[in-house]
Amino acid sequence: MPPIIIVRQLGKTYASGFQALKRIDLEIRRGEIFALLGPNGAGKTTLISIICGIVNPSEGSVLADGHDVVRDYRAARTKIGLVPQELTTDAFETVWNTVSFSRGLFGKGANPAHIEKVLRDLSLWDKRNNKLITLSGGMKRRVMIAKALSHEPQILFLDEPTAGVDVELRRDMWAMVRALRDTGVTIILTTHYIEEAEEMADRIGVIHKGELILVEDKAELMEKLGRKQLTLHLQNPLEAIPAALAGYPLQLSADCRQLVYTFDAQGEHTGIDVLLRRLGEAGIDFKDLQTRQSSLEDIFVNLLRERA
Amino acid sequence: MNLYAIRAIYRFEMARTWRTLLQSIVSPVISTSLYFVVFGAAIGSHMNGIDGVSYGAFIVPGLIMLSLLTQSISNASFGIYFPKFVGTIYEILSAPVSPFEIVAGYVGAAASKSVILGLIILATARLFVPFGIEHPLWMLAFLLLTAVTFSLFGFIIGIWADNFEKLQLVPLLVVTPLTFLGGSFYSIHMLPPFWQKVTLFNPVVYLISGFRWSFYGVSDVGMGVSVGMTAVFLAICLAAVWWIFRSGYRLKA
Repeated sequence: MPPIIIVRQLGKTYASGFQALKRIDLEIRRGEIFALLGPNGAGKTTLISIICGIVNPSEGSVLADGHDVVRDYRAARTKIGLVPQELTTDAFETVWNTVSFSRGLFGKGANPAHIEKVLRDLSLWDKRNNKLITLSGGMKRRVMIAKALSHEPQILFLDEPTAGVDVELRRDMWAMVRALRDTGVTIILTTHYIEEAEEMADRIGVIHKGELILVEDKAELMEKLGRKQLTLHLQNPLEAIPAALAGYPLQLSADCRQLVYTFDAQGEHTGIDVLLRRLGEAGIDFKDLQTRQSSLEDIFVNLLRERA
Repeated sequence: MNLYAIRAIYRFEMARTWRTLLQSIVSPVISTSLYFVVFGAAIGSHMNGIDGVSYGAFIVPGLIMLSLLTQSISNASFGIYFPKFVGTIYEILSAPVSPFEIVAGYVGAAASKSVILGLIILATARLFVPFGIEHPLWMLAFLLLTAVTFSLFGFIIGIWADNFEKLQLVPLLVVTPLTFLGGSFYSIHMLPPFWQKVTLFNPVVYLISGFRWSFYGVSDVGMGVSVGMTAVFLAICLAAVWWIFRSGYRLKA
């Protein structure tokens, strides 16, 4: 099956001269959950905004289910639902009216049964006659998702769906996204939480400074992400790593007071227990220890270093 | 043609009108009534008629136009400015709607609202002064043409404005003076010859003159000229809107 979204050489330079996207190529597979990871300002929202028609591209093209998003925008946009990052809702509309409005706007005739199903799935049914201004932030987020689902899109964009959302709602949201995927909807979500990508995504793309620096299956990426470091603060400075520990991936800090051990947290054996025993045998005492998971930041740095 | 979208936008905008009924309909009616009490009944009774029409009746078309212009502009400009301001415009921009459909929804609703308002003011005026309407169909045509034209103008202002001050600026500094100086309260023949010439550059003169003609069969400028000038202004607004959507001006980065 052809990809549901094909991005070709897509670039965006804003009027200020800022280059938000640098000739990106990307294909989204039909029916997958794709997570777009990246720090703030990396270009995630610009990419989504171009695909959805909110921002004009400077160069390149996007096909959504075979339709060019600029030339054939009507056919393309009918397939797409968008939940933007910002919570923007009309204050005085009711939940029911605002969701019905969205359906009409996307060219679909009234279908109260579908709207009811969407509202029930998102636990909004009891609030259907409430004005939006009376809802909490989490509820407003749900309303925005309901609006995006009102016209039965095949592609759903979720821009930072769980930013500023409590744990319970986050779990609900994940469950909802999975349920949607099971009905055949392709989902593209942006996030800067690795756990979220880990929990949800089939594939992960990393975007940094307007460039797509990596697109990989989650499982493969998680191996890279799974690296951890154990830092031992030594009682007495070491001149060099003892010969007895030569086989370990150990590094001695510049001040000779810290030993850093890098290991794979996903592996069966981390090797920590044996290492600590060997240290004891070698008479090396330590006063403190800590472990640290490599962060998205580290991954970026490593990726960029690899590219350089 | 995405008719569902036009209907959705239209309904959304009309719902806003009913929600803000007091501000939308009642307050212009009250302020117009005050004009009639002061200019029509109190001062007007001490004035001679103009072109054979009593002063109270003479100002009726002008006052309706005054409300029609200001309301069309404020309805339409606010209607499109507000979604830009709160950010809900994202949905309109990402929807499968053409510029024509967006404009039809917003401008259609704004124009409907001001036509309803114009008719209410007309009925209110009838309570204060007796008058007849010689060409009712022309009267309605002028009402509609003006409402649509100035709602389009308001739509443009709403797109252009990037703060609340600008939203008020054009109506306050341009439209209100033009309307007052456009012959709402006098015939332009009452002006000195020089100012009669100057006043012909004011588009509102043609609207009021034509509208008044539909009431009493008398006008400051020819009927054909009135319709022609209104059509020209309509064409200018349409061209501006076309350019806005083509370039994405103030809508898309």
